[in-house]
Amino acid sequence: MTLRDPCPVCVPSERPLSLSLSLSLSLCLSPRQVSGLLRRRFHRTAPAALQVTVREAINQGMDEELERDEKVFLLGEEVAQYDGAYKVSRGLWKKYGDKRIIDTPISEMGFAGIAVGAAMAGLRPICEFMTFNFSMQAIDQVINSAAKTYYMSAGFQSVPIVFRGPNGASAGVAAQHSQCFAAWYGHCPGLKVVSPWSSEDAKGLIKSAIRDNNPVVVLENELMYGVPFELPPEAQSKDFLIPIGKAKIERQGTHVTIVSHSRPVSHCLEAATVLSKEGIECEVINMRTIRPMDIETIEASVMKTNHLVTVEGGWPQFGVGAEICARIMEGPAFNFLDAPVVRVTGADVPMPYAKVLEDNSVPQVKDIIFAIKKALNM
Amino acid sequence: MPQASRVLVASRNFANDATFEIKKCDLHRLEEGPPVTTVLTREDGLKYYRMMQTVRRMELKADQLYKQKIIRGFCHLCDGQEACCVGLEAGINPTDHLITAYRAHGFTFTRGLSVRAILAELTGRRGGCAKGKGGSMHMYAKNFYGGNGIVGAQVPLGAGIALACKYNGKDEICLTLYGDGAANQGQIFEAYNMAALWKLPCIFICENNRYGMGTSVERAAASTDYYKRGDFIPGLRVDGMDILCVREATRFAAAYCRAGKGPILMELQTYRYHGHSMSDPGVSYRTREEIQEVRSKSDPIMLLKDRMVNSNLASVEELKEIDVDVRKEIEDAAQFATADPEPPLEELGYHIYCSDPPFEVRGANQWIKFKSIS
Repeated sequence: MTLRDPCPVCVPSERPLSLSLSLSLSLCLSPRQVSGLLRRRFHRTAPAALQVTVREAINQGMDEELERDEKVFLLGEEVAQYDGAYKVSRGLWKKYGDKRIIDTPISEMGFAGIAVGAAMAGLRPICEFMTFNFSMQAIDQVINSAAKTYYMSAGFQSVPIVFRGPNGASAGVAAQHSQCFAAWYGHCPGLKVVSPWSSEDAKGLIKSAIRDNNPVVVLENELMYGVPFELPPEAQSKDFLIPIGKAKIERQGTHVTIVSHSRPVSHCLEAATVLSKEGIECEVINMRTIRPMDIETIEASVMKTNHLVTVEGGWPQFGVGAEICARIMEGPAFNFLDAPVVRVTGADVPMPYAKVLEDNSVPQVKDIIFAIKKALNM
Repeated sequence: MPQASRVLVASRNFANDATFEIKKCDLHRLEEGPPVTTVLTREDGLKYYRMMQTVRRMELKADQLYKQKIIRGFCHLCDGQEACCVGLEAGINPTDHLITAYRAHGFTFTRGLSVRAILAELTGRRGGCAKGKGGSMHMYAKNFYGGNGIVGAQVPLGAGIALACKYNGKDEICLTLYGDGAANQGQIFEAYNMAALWKLPCIFICENNRYGMGTSVERAAASTDYYKRGDFIPGLRVDGMDILCVREATRFAAAYCRAGKGPILMELQTYRYHGHSMSDPGVSYRTREEIQEVRSKSDPIMLLKDRMVNSNLASVEELKEIDVDVRKEIEDAAQFATADPEPPLEELGYHIYCSDPPFEVRGANQWIKFKSIS
């Protein structure tokens, strides 16, 4: 049990060691006595750091924004009565009802257009794609109806909409269900595109996206949904926001800059831990936002480390890493590079099914380590 | 017109209103349809006449400006279809909502923008309603959502606006227009389904002008009964050349939606004199005789004029006066649209994001930067 009223999102198999449980153990009170205490006296006090999964974080973020602004609503397939195909919207329909949490038929182009129209008329929809692979059916509405409208209307018509859902590779779902759309959406002016990695990212970015008056694409990751992270006290506030367009340095380092987004950030940190034992200190940057890209943070880091490796799950051609390379070449950091930028990406194939093939179609820790050593000419 | 005859006109006794018979609408899944008679007041008649004449002359002026290469790119004109935009507006409130596709100049006017602002947008000047950033297909106004370039995409948008109407609970409705060509788009059927499922206050309106670009309805649709294509959604087929018919049908449909019964479909049978766009002469897929026949027998402005004159709601001279007035208004607007300067280059990067602090937008190379403000 957490400090709010019983969290409807807690998945039994993932229940963390809660504050109340640890309190009850240390104070020799029954859990019931402790929860009563906590509810009465600690309801609004900033708690210590909390273990929260990415799924729970997105759920909390949406819940808080639904509560805060009645113009916010969620629509998509299975988001209401099924609690979400990946249980990300668990409990929301029960709390907010049919008006605010809407199950749609399988009609991506139709319901994405409906969501955009509702945004044009002043509501603040969250449009869920069960995966971003299905967003291709609706991509015209995202780009031509949502992204471009503020510009075409010379600032008259805004489109405050969020498109969210899992993006990129999952596990064993094969080619049609594994594509990364960061490069596709990141290409378009008028859109904002974010790619959370941790629970803190997920919560802060979904809240910022919902409050943003622009169309924002939130690229989540299915394999990260169940991963718990420590949520620091400031991230537990109902007004906790992460600014869109700002990267975060997850790990300080001096020898090489590693830039990544979404799940591969985990692999980068793992690689950094391994390399640290060999005396190589990696600075790991979590992009958090694809567009507008925070190239300044990357440049400042490269000017310090003189080496750059980009890591992404998507295909190499015309990808996020390719864009970073181009921008580094155009900017002040180029003269600080001691070696060409190295890219680590998904393999340039449609995602295969067999495990051995799939494993080798996405960046693994060993691939990142190898690339870093190549960049360092080792 | 000389002062003396003006005084004469003013002192002549006109009828305050007159009752007209209008064509009965074909019905789909409806027990009753709009009334077959309607009352037109002199005041309304003059207003509709003026509005239709303004749209007509505005479109003809756009044709002229396009041939002079002062208007570029796409230009889809709606002359012949004036009874649709004016008739629809007559049947709804200004607080209702409307969205259409690219043949949008008439609707942009009836929804409240001036001819000046429309023509200046067509000529790409800073005085245009979208400051020259949008052009012919991307004009917006209060409760008017364009102007949409992708055929059919506006229909789910319209259903979404209707969802917002229902969500806000203010009794507003959304008119969602598309053409006979767009009527075969899959996303329209997705929108029909959700609108019916959720009982959205949406009037789906098919402006059937018989041709989707160069393809006649018979060559494009297995069923050309567009008013029935909503299947489970009730529909009516309306004479789109008769403004009173359009008005009554719209009132009927609006009442249906406002009563919470869900969406309804209207097919307006109409005709465009111009080709699909200014790039299309419009005579390779239809005969000049056909165009001429519609002009002489069914022109919407002529139909209204004849009715008004024959029922003593207005005189020929009075209507001619309006024509002169309208011509002047259009001429002034065209002058403005031709003389107004283009938007300043510095504003190329503006309006990327809403409510954001200023930032830089890349130009054609890395050294060219444009400031972007919201």
